[in-house]
Amino acid sequence: MKILIVEDERELLDAISVSLKKEHFVIENATDFYTAHEKMLLYDYDCILLDIMLPNGNGLQLLKHLKETGKSGNVIIISAKDSLDDKLKGLELGADDYLTKPFHIAELNARIKAVIRRNRSNGKDTVEVGNVALDLNNRTFFVDKEAVALNRKEFDILNYFLFNKNRLVTKGALAEHVWGDNIDQVDNFDFIYYQIKNLRKKLNQANAEIEIEAVYGIGYKLIEK
Amino acid sequence: MKLLNKSLLHLSLWMFMIIGVWSVFFYFNMLNEIKESVDEGLENYKRQIIYSVEKDPSLLKKTNFDEGFFAIRELSEEKSLRGKDTYIDTLMYMQDADDQELELEPVRLLATAFKSNDRFYELKIINSMVEEDDLVKELFREALVLYLVLIAAIIFINSFILKRLWKPFYLLLNQLKDYRVGSSDKLPQAPTNTKEFNDLQQAVTILLQRTIETYRQQKEFIGNASHELQTPLAIATNKLELFVEKAGLNAEQAGNISEVLDIIGRMVRLNKSLLLLTKIENRQFFNNRPVSLNKVVHQSIGDLEELAAFRNIEISVQETAEMLVTADNALAQIVVSNLLRNAVFHNINYGSVAVFITEKSIQVVNTGIAQALDHQKLFSRFYKSEGHSQGSGLGLAIVKAVCDLYGFSLQYHYDEKKHIFEVKSS
Repeated sequence: MKILIVEDERELLDAISVSLKKEHFVIENATDFYTAHEKMLLYDYDCILLDIMLPNGNGLQLLKHLKETGKSGNVIIISAKDSLDDKLKGLELGADDYLTKPFHIAELNARIKAVIRRNRSNGKDTVEVGNVALDLNNRTFFVDKEAVALNRKEFDILNYFLFNKNRLVTKGALAEHVWGDNIDQVDNFDFIYYQIKNLRKKLNQANAEIEIEAVYGIGYKLIEK
Repeated sequence: MKLLNKSLLHLSLWMFMIIGVWSVFFYFNMLNEIKESVDEGLENYKRQIIYSVEKDPSLLKKTNFDEGFFAIRELSEEKSLRGKDTYIDTLMYMQDADDQELELEPVRLLATAFKSNDRFYELKIINSMVEEDDLVKELFREALVLYLVLIAAIIFINSFILKRLWKPFYLLLNQLKDYRVGSSDKLPQAPTNTKEFNDLQQAVTILLQRTIETYRQQKEFIGNASHELQTPLAIATNKLELFVEKAGLNAEQAGNISEVLDIIGRMVRLNKSLLLLTKIENRQFFNNRPVSLNKVVHQSIGDLEELAAFRNIEISVQETAEMLVTADNALAQIVVSNLLRNAVFHNINYGSVAVFITEKSIQVVNTGIAQALDHQKLFSRFYKSEGHSQGSGLGLAIVKAVCDLYGFSLQYHYDEKKHIFEVKSS
């Protein structure tokens, strides 16, 4: 699958593309308005990461052009501008998601996968790894076709991990995803730990072929057994 | 004390003294004037009597004042030549219209000498004088009336003319009292042609403009700085996350990186909060529509449920009505969730959080540290209660900013070992 990253900040562009290559995406870059414009019109991408503030122009304009030519590339706006106005305008112009800088790599992964899945699946949206299946529409979880009850947070955590299979998910990224924006409190990490512990117990009891392992003290990683 | 009353007080004291001193002078002057005029009258009588005596010597027999106003007595030549005209004040028994019986009354007496047919006589003429105590009484009364009339006049002038003169001043003052840098868009104005007030207004305007400019620059600076920090923070986070994914770190190195990531995380949250605050203060939220806070509360509680359960904190909601406010949905959520999060985070294990919603107010009551928080600093930026150094210290500042934006009142009090935050819509 091909992804175009439109971002004028070199360092950030590199970091994103390194990460996405690990997910086996094919990556193309554009660091200014004209290059991005050309590439967007010439080729088809499964997903376009679009920065709004670009040299020579505005990312929202690119989005407009793209939609005018009838291309459907899934667009995720990544911007340092957390203004609601831009967010609404972007989504109105046909962007599929909006991610504010700075973000966690795990979050970006999850967003890209969600967007690609959403636009590809026809009503049915299930993530399957080994003998487990997570139904995103009905928010249900199956191991060997047997339903396993998860609470809301556990479901979100598992979903996040499945979108980041084999990747490190830091505690901070996890807390932010499951919790929302403003988690400043250390005791949240205890809570995350507690949730993971419960989740692991449930996975074990159901003989799931996935495992959440701790990575140093930094975070967790979901792997297939 | 109001300026009006103060000036009145000063004026009345000075007026009292001036009128008092003036009355004393006036009294003595008046007395002198009366005596002079009486003396002139006596002098005149003297001439008439001496003239009459020439024609009617029988008058010389009138040796006392029985029924007249003069008395004649023979005198030795030596004595009469030595004598001069003398005026004296003395007392005599008289009966006035208002007296029941004879009373000693003040009289002016002229004693003189004259020669008639080579014989010398002493002549005493009297004229009744004003009664000094009557004069004093009368004068005191008049002075008092004058004083009261003057005070009344001053009050009248003060309340009508001065009030009108000071009107522009009070107009300006009231506008200044309501003026808030950053949220008031009109500078205080009070049209007047009084030079002093115009000067004052000009000085105030210049001062305010400078303050507004500084405020704007400061706001812009915070906004720009936070904004510019976003990308470097993004790079730092992502590079470190990628770095950790590479195998071959030992536990200590990983631990260090974990700490750095946490610290960057804190910076990110701080930065986001600052950006949000700037945005609220810049009024960049205009998507206002009716929002049911009840719904927002339930949604927020849903997000907090698991954490509260983890710490055995009981959350309850009591609604007597639906609280509808016109606000931006995202901001309403921020207010409610910040308050609820605080209530949970700053709680004790096995504590409680109770939410009360009425038509006009929402109250969040929670257990926590057994001590009231600092009312003064609670809502200011970067306030942190003891033992919570990890927080950004901006959560309540944001709540306050949103409340200010929409004109809600935000109150905190500590009652029966519970912390109570209350948002009231107007």
